[in-house]
Amino acid sequence: MLTILFDGIAYGMLLFVLACGLAVTLGLMNFVNLAHGAFAMAGGYVTAVLMNRIGVPFLATLPLAFIVPAILGLVLERTLYKRLYSRSHLDQVLFSIGLVFMAVAAVDYSFGSQQQLIQLPTWLQGRIDILGVQVGLYRSFIIVICGALVVALQLILTKTRFGSRLRAAVDDPRVARGLGINVSLIFATTFAFGSGLAGLGGALGAEILGLDPTFPLKFMIYFLIVVTVGGTTSITGPFLASLLLGIADVAGKYYVPSVGAFVIYTLMIVVLVLRPQGLFERAR
Amino acid sequence: MRRRTFLGAVALTLALSGAALAQETVKIGLILPMTGPFASTGRQIEAAVKLYMQQQGDTVAGKKIQLIVKDDTGVADVTKRLAQELIVNDKISVLAGFGLTPLALAPAPLATQAKVPAVVMAAATATTTEASPFIVRTSFTLPQATVPMADWASQNGIKKVVTLVSDYGPGIDAEKAFTGAFTGKGGQVENLRVPLANPDFSPFLQKVADAKPDALFVFVPSGIGAQFMKQFVERGLDKSGVKLIGPGDVTDDDILNGMGDVALGAITTQHYSTAHDSPENKAFVEAFKKANNNMRPNFMAVGGYDGMHLIYEGLKKTNGQGGQALIDAMKGMSWTSPRGPVSIDPQTRDIIQNIYVRKVERRDGELYNVEFATIPNVKDPVKATKAN
Repeated sequence: MLTILFDGIAYGMLLFVLACGLAVTLGLMNFVNLAHGAFAMAGGYVTAVLMNRIGVPFLATLPLAFIVPAILGLVLERTLYKRLYSRSHLDQVLFSIGLVFMAVAAVDYSFGSQQQLIQLPTWLQGRIDILGVQVGLYRSFIIVICGALVVALQLILTKTRFGSRLRAAVDDPRVARGLGINVSLIFATTFAFGSGLAGLGGALGAEILGLDPTFPLKFMIYFLIVVTVGGTTSITGPFLASLLLGIADVAGKYYVPSVGAFVIYTLMIVVLVLRPQGLFERAR
Repeated sequence: MRRRTFLGAVALTLALSGAALAQETVKIGLILPMTGPFASTGRQIEAAVKLYMQQQGDTVAGKKIQLIVKDDTGVADVTKRLAQELIVNDKISVLAGFGLTPLALAPAPLATQAKVPAVVMAAATATTTEASPFIVRTSFTLPQATVPMADWASQNGIKKVVTLVSDYGPGIDAEKAFTGAFTGKGGQVENLRVPLANPDFSPFLQKVADAKPDALFVFVPSGIGAQFMKQFVERGLDKSGVKLIGPGDVTDDDILNGMGDVALGAITTQHYSTAHDSPENKAFVEAFKKANNNMRPNFMAVGGYDGMHLIYEGLKKTNGQGGQALIDAMKGMSWTSPRGPVSIDPQTRDIIQNIYVRKVERRDGELYNVEFATIPNVKDPVKATKAN
């Protein structure tokens, strides 16, 4: 029972790291970026390639799995995305889904379509017994990292100057610009940061979720469910939503395996019927 | 003078092209998933087919063999369209390839209508060969590889098994074949099905851990196999004494070595292992690796290699003739493949072959499926029970 809860939390945390970048761009910048998963995939491939071809240890690849997608995100934001901020959501969806297909094809071409496998260091493999509960080491590692990320993100957004500038820039870009805030710089940084988080999520998830060129398409639905259920204006909303979905998914598959795959969708429908604005958001 | 040389040259050219026309070509249309999620199947088969042609030359019974490779991306209606184009426009004599069962079923009516033999090199659902009297198979059928697993398990003190399969055609095939055969021998089976698009196996594996079976029978598409293995070990199931058994898809040679030590000890039954101990296989593996940047041939590659062999030998027998004569020539043919002795069942046009019981071991620093028992000349059990 507790093991299921633990697995659910670890899975939810992973979903959160993957999706929180999307919550940032979609919620804070009001941009529908379906290509989010492509940045996650980029992070995963950075880790896989560095480990398998060059032999870099797993932990050392994680910062790079953040930095490379972040730079990629920055370049794309400056060259492509920024032209679409003021366009309709349909244009943004079409643009970013196109980007997804290009990313899938590019990765398929350069790395092949097979699963990329990574070998975790031995101290992250296996599981230990804590108070009678079987706990996987790697899953605990994910929980620790993601927990730290949540706290850090929340602090940045609510307590720092950058956070308040960002919120101001989103609420009313014209006034923010009038107050001397460099809106486009803030947007670019935020976008890069969101992409980097996705990359980190992809790298952490490669072991549990697998990694192949169709990754952005396979997990797009999960990202979107997290963001719709959690609401998009805060970090805590998507975080609690990820936890809820992770636990519900794992527990559903354990207790009722025959319908387990649908639990996560049922939950989304129920939430959206009861609270269409998202679970943790005040009605507008 | 100059004009005469010119005319002479023209005449010579004409004569030469006439000679080239006289040497007829036999075209083989190879339809494979070369891109998309099943591209590794296509890559393996294409490499094996090209290797065979390179080794045996491209002339059979005085006719030139021309290979046309098409990519169906793993989508059945594309396979059908490509097959039609190949038959109508390119006038091919043989269709080949077919990475998945639906991809083999879609063009089957075309093969019947056009009387073009279709050599299935991969698709493994038992009923595939019944879709057209022109289909012949050189891969395997999933029940053919699965039933011997049930026999082996019941003979080796395994009484209680949990099956875990991906919830799609071949997975359900494997589940049924195993459950039927194993309960028939007095074993106890519990079935679990996992959604095909399932990122995390942990809840299912926890269920397995709670059931405390002697063995876990698993069938998942080969790419996901690695994911599965890791989580199996992460949950400590290997240490609690649960044996991992299944048809060989989960320990696919193509990716086995990348799985790492988690795969060690898995017991599977299949018709081919890269480590199969025979001079034919050693030569095949060596040539295949050399031609393909050290890629290991897997069970898909051997299906392609043997498929090509069947086409070549069939054409030799018919003197280059295609159609009904060719499919008749293929029936009952037997040869020694890299996987061991094989033959084509004259009644069902399906392959009869040895099934090997293998265990994953480390050899020369690499992981291999090492064969330790052989069940000779296994026919597809599904069609065999129908015939009786």
